[in-house]
Amino acid sequence: MVNYGSRMKNKSLIIITLSYVLTFTGCSSTSNVYQEVGGTEKITEIVDYFIEEITFSPEIYAYFEESDVDRFREKMIEHVCHLIAGPCEYTGDTMVDVHTGMNVNEAHFNLTVDLFINAMDRAGIAHSVQNKILNAMAKTRSEIIYR
Amino acid sequence: MRLQKYLSAIACTYFISISLCHAGDGKLIATAGLIQIEGSGGGGIVPWATLAGYDSQEQISLSAVSSTVDLDDYRLNVIGVNASFYDRLEVGYAQQRFDLKTLGGDIKQSITSLKYRLYGDVVYSTWPQVSVGMQYKRIDDGAIAELVGAKNTNHGTDWFVAMTKVNLGAIAGYNSVWNLTLRATKANEMGLLGFGGPNNDAYKMQIEASAGILLSRHLAVGVEYRQKPDNLGLDESDWADIFVSYIPNKSFNLTLAWTDLGKIAASEEQQGLYLSLNGQLW
Repeated sequence: MVNYGSRMKNKSLIIITLSYVLTFTGCSSTSNVYQEVGGTEKITEIVDYFIEEITFSPEIYAYFEESDVDRFREKMIEHVCHLIAGPCEYTGDTMVDVHTGMNVNEAHFNLTVDLFINAMDRAGIAHSVQNKILNAMAKTRSEIIYR
Repeated sequence: MRLQKYLSAIACTYFISISLCHAGDGKLIATAGLIQIEGSGGGGIVPWATLAGYDSQEQISLSAVSSTVDLDDYRLNVIGVNASFYDRLEVGYAQQRFDLKTLGGDIKQSITSLKYRLYGDVVYSTWPQVSVGMQYKRIDDGAIAELVGAKNTNHGTDWFVAMTKVNLGAIAGYNSVWNLTLRATKANEMGLLGFGGPNNDAYKMQIEASAGILLSRHLAVGVEYRQKPDNLGLDESDWADIFVSYIPNKSFNLTLAWTDLGKIAASEEQQGLYLSLNGQLW
């Protein structure tokens, strides 16, 4: 009986935790992430650091060698702002159009995410806000890789 | 930084060679998990849908693990290696030595495992990552399994399907991970006490689950639960643990857990500390 009791305790602990996790699954809202980040000014800072990170990563820089950095910077700021529900209009090409022919593989995609995380770290973005930004951007992955 | 370098240096020199430490790094940090006590990629006691390494679809990775679960009357020692190929197929081999601290002696078991990812990416796909797997278990000496009444005192195979999902920023901005595994097994105490018994000698479906929160890119905490059959009629307990995992970099992680393994053979309330060192060599 004692053993049965401790089993039940374990079970309910797990069930509570699981349901807690499941309740929040997919509910993360992007509506005030823009404010949490610190607006366009902070997004600009992240993108500037991101460009710097790319410059120092030979594998990823190879994709950008022939890019117009100023245009990339402008469109990237707009896009991030747009994805986290900020007051920006994205005026660039679709993610599919931009990446078609680049043949970005999964390893390079994930490496680029690492670089973007570095950029957010350097811009002093809080961990929880970083995750919300990543969640908003993650939706574009299928439009980027293996194109 | 110095601590991180030190720990990863230990991980690399401990297993084979420093020059092998920089491949298969194409996943987000802390999303590769561990090698569980039977040698499959997973949590601590539950196999997950994720593969053990940080390999992406273009990469191969090789990982190694050393784990100890120190209970009141027993101690489980696990050493294992696990190779994953193109984030698709995982092959694992683990050796378990189960020390009978109070009775003296030990039980040894080797486990060869396979896992195949059917669908998804644990972080990026809409639905959870889903994998199927098997664990082929062979006991060195079946004397104790025979003593407790196991039907098969030599070998057995577990089959499982697992689904795992990481949700970015899901809980107050923190990343969450959950896993659900369905296992068909005849194993008594994971196979250490043989397979099947007087109570039941057929495959039984068991539910296993894990849930965790990533407090930073380097720290995860969570709980696990593993249902077990009672083939021997010895009132075999389900297992549970609460873990904290420190992931300084993609080459190394250290996991500490409090485990409650309940009644094992004649010994009641077996609880203790689980310590696991995981290193990715390639």
